[in-house]
Amino acid sequence: MNTFNSKSPSMQAAAELGRRNFLKQGAGVVAAAAAISALPAGFISSARAESGEIVVGFITSMSGPVSSLGIPYDQGMKAALAFRSKVGDKPVRLIALDDASDPTNAAVNARKLIQENNVDVIIGTAGSPGALAIATVCAETKTPLICIANANPQGEPGNWTITIPQPAPLMIAGTVAHMKQAGVKSIGYIGFADPWGDLVYNALTEASPAAGIKVTSNERYARSDTSVTGQALKVSSTRPDAVIAGGSGTPGALPYLALRERGYKGQFYGTPAIINPAFVKVGGAAVEGLIASTGPVVVFDQLPDSNPTKAVSQEFAKALKATVPDAVPNAFSGYSFDAWVLFLAAAETALKTAQPGTAQFKLAMRDALTNAQEVVGCHGVYSFKPGSRYGNDERSRVLVKLEKGEWKLMA
Amino acid sequence: MTWDIMLILLVDGLSTGAIYLLAGLGFVLVFSVTRVIFIPSGDIAAFAALTLAAFQSRMIPGSIWLVAGMAVLACLAECTTLLRNGAARQVPRAIFFYAVLPLIPCGVGLAIASHDVPEALRIATTIGLILPMGVLIDRLTLRPLADASTLILFIVAIAVHFLIAGIGLIAFGPEGVRTTPILDGMVPLPGDILIPAQQVLMMVVALLLSLVFYLFFGRSITGKALRATASNRVGARLMGIRPERAAAAAYLIASALAAVVGILIAPITTMYYDSGFMIGLKASVGAIIGGMASYPITAIGSVFIGILESWASFVASDYKEIIIFSVVIPVLIWRSFAVHRDSDEEIEELA
Repeated sequence: MNTFNSKSPSMQAAAELGRRNFLKQGAGVVAAAAAISALPAGFISSARAESGEIVVGFITSMSGPVSSLGIPYDQGMKAALAFRSKVGDKPVRLIALDDASDPTNAAVNARKLIQENNVDVIIGTAGSPGALAIATVCAETKTPLICIANANPQGEPGNWTITIPQPAPLMIAGTVAHMKQAGVKSIGYIGFADPWGDLVYNALTEASPAAGIKVTSNERYARSDTSVTGQALKVSSTRPDAVIAGGSGTPGALPYLALRERGYKGQFYGTPAIINPAFVKVGGAAVEGLIASTGPVVVFDQLPDSNPTKAVSQEFAKALKATVPDAVPNAFSGYSFDAWVLFLAAAETALKTAQPGTAQFKLAMRDALTNAQEVVGCHGVYSFKPGSRYGNDERSRVLVKLEKGEWKLMA
Repeated sequence: MTWDIMLILLVDGLSTGAIYLLAGLGFVLVFSVTRVIFIPSGDIAAFAALTLAAFQSRMIPGSIWLVAGMAVLACLAECTTLLRNGAARQVPRAIFFYAVLPLIPCGVGLAIASHDVPEALRIATTIGLILPMGVLIDRLTLRPLADASTLILFIVAIAVHFLIAGIGLIAFGPEGVRTTPILDGMVPLPGDILIPAQQVLMMVVALLLSLVFYLFFGRSITGKALRATASNRVGARLMGIRPERAAAAAYLIASALAAVVGILIAPITTMYYDSGFMIGLKASVGAIIGGMASYPITAIGSVFIGILESWASFVASDYKEIIIFSVVIPVLIWRSFAVHRDSDEEIEELA
């Protein structure tokens, strides 16, 4: 976090320098530029005061390595806007920007949205590093952030942020509970040699002793590895009843494939990070029968009608079909939709005390978001507590099993 | 560590080593003829894997547009140079080599992309598409600097790697792919051990290609011309060997090796647009063991790196990369004592 905090003063200094250079130029140019820039700004603010329009900034990664998540995030937001774009009688305007999977770009975009477009709230972005960068800008400019990546900013940025995705310990605890039920006594672990691998391992070692399960291995691999045979042998030589892998997306399939190839027969478990169509394609027969925890939206049509999230997911699926015909709801587009649902609920509360486009409104939005209670989204029911970014409970977790290439809800 | 685990690790290491061997031979060949450490060869290998995967899922691979675009640019560059030098008579020849030849596999690729064709044709088209990449990259980026120092060539090669990897992201997207194995099933070894047939294929192909390499450089005129250029550029030129043509041959062979690497490795691991860099980097450790000059020592070094990697991933998977790249340090120390410097290099640095 320190790195992000230390960055912002220097950025301010750079902006200040730019301003001074600008002033050094010809007075005529300055006057003309000022006149031009003053005109639309004044026009916008007076128009906004009349209509009471709420402006939302949305940042995602439409290009670059994170775009395989960033594009579903964008599709979810399109559906959300089609779902509802009014709070009471106030229209909502969405300004979407691409950060190209670059945290620096994400921060620049956030600053631009806040300073030029005077947004009331920001929703973003696809990657955790980018989301943390935005959180720093948001804290500095006192703008609330609805974080759609799994990031947990601390300190002042944390006070302006709520995070939609489920925290890793909550999800791992769900799979550990299933292991206990299934009589698993020992579990092998193999994960990414990165913070995600650490996060899953720590959550696993935290939850397993209470369930009477022993973690037998802590093997690591990298996305670019050509072979994980060595790690797979090490894992299977510890003879665990089951194996859980802490990877994500297609690289997450590598250990399962290597273990099956080496004749390992035990049950496989996974994290929410592997649930995407490309993983199923790459994993093929090796990942058949794999059990993972995820948000309920992934299998919404299999949920019982009593589940509160089902109705929201159906609304979401309908809106998504209308806006992006070839897309089906997935975890990531669901996070965007839930961000919007929370925004709508908070805006309703905030409108009672303040006018959009003002600092008071942003503060009221922040208070409404961080105190939101029992808001039903497609990923669960959100209740936020002061001091924590996460608002999920067990209702935002389901266990799914991969059967014939389809994720099936487990009873 | 039991006996059968050791054996499985050994076979795994040998098959990974076979990949590094092929890539390492390409490194040494290009370096000795052109003094370029051809970092993008790893990317070319990844493109081969992604191209084949695209054909297998009935899609048009992005490499077709990439090769076609590079061919047009390279052809323009070559023709401009020829016209400026008043060699207009050679223009048709340049058009044939730089535009027509590379565009043939592009056309074939477009024709077969959405059809059910034999696997062999897909592989052949993939190799055909990948072959011109090295030559075209060289013509566009490195040839204009052919007389620059090794350091500048190295820096340009790194820049080209980043450029190519970026284009790869646009052309192939961020998701990883796996291709269907050329040889499916397992081969039993004594002691109840099963080895994937694809790994056996990798070792056999590496062995065969090494043999072809040996015969090519020992017996053929082109091979001898390449060796002559490698050992003394000026002398080779005096003997009527054109360095440009030798360089083109070296890049062609290196691309072919990269294509084979990509096609062999794609069924056993997931390949991404940027996976090639790590393969190239590890293969370069093998080439460094061979002093960027000796093919046999490079081969031994590459296989050693493969086995070391396999062993390290079992014993200390967290420190695997550190262990592999740490090998470079003692090797460099040893080489700096054992090998006295090339006289050519010294002249170049004085100049």
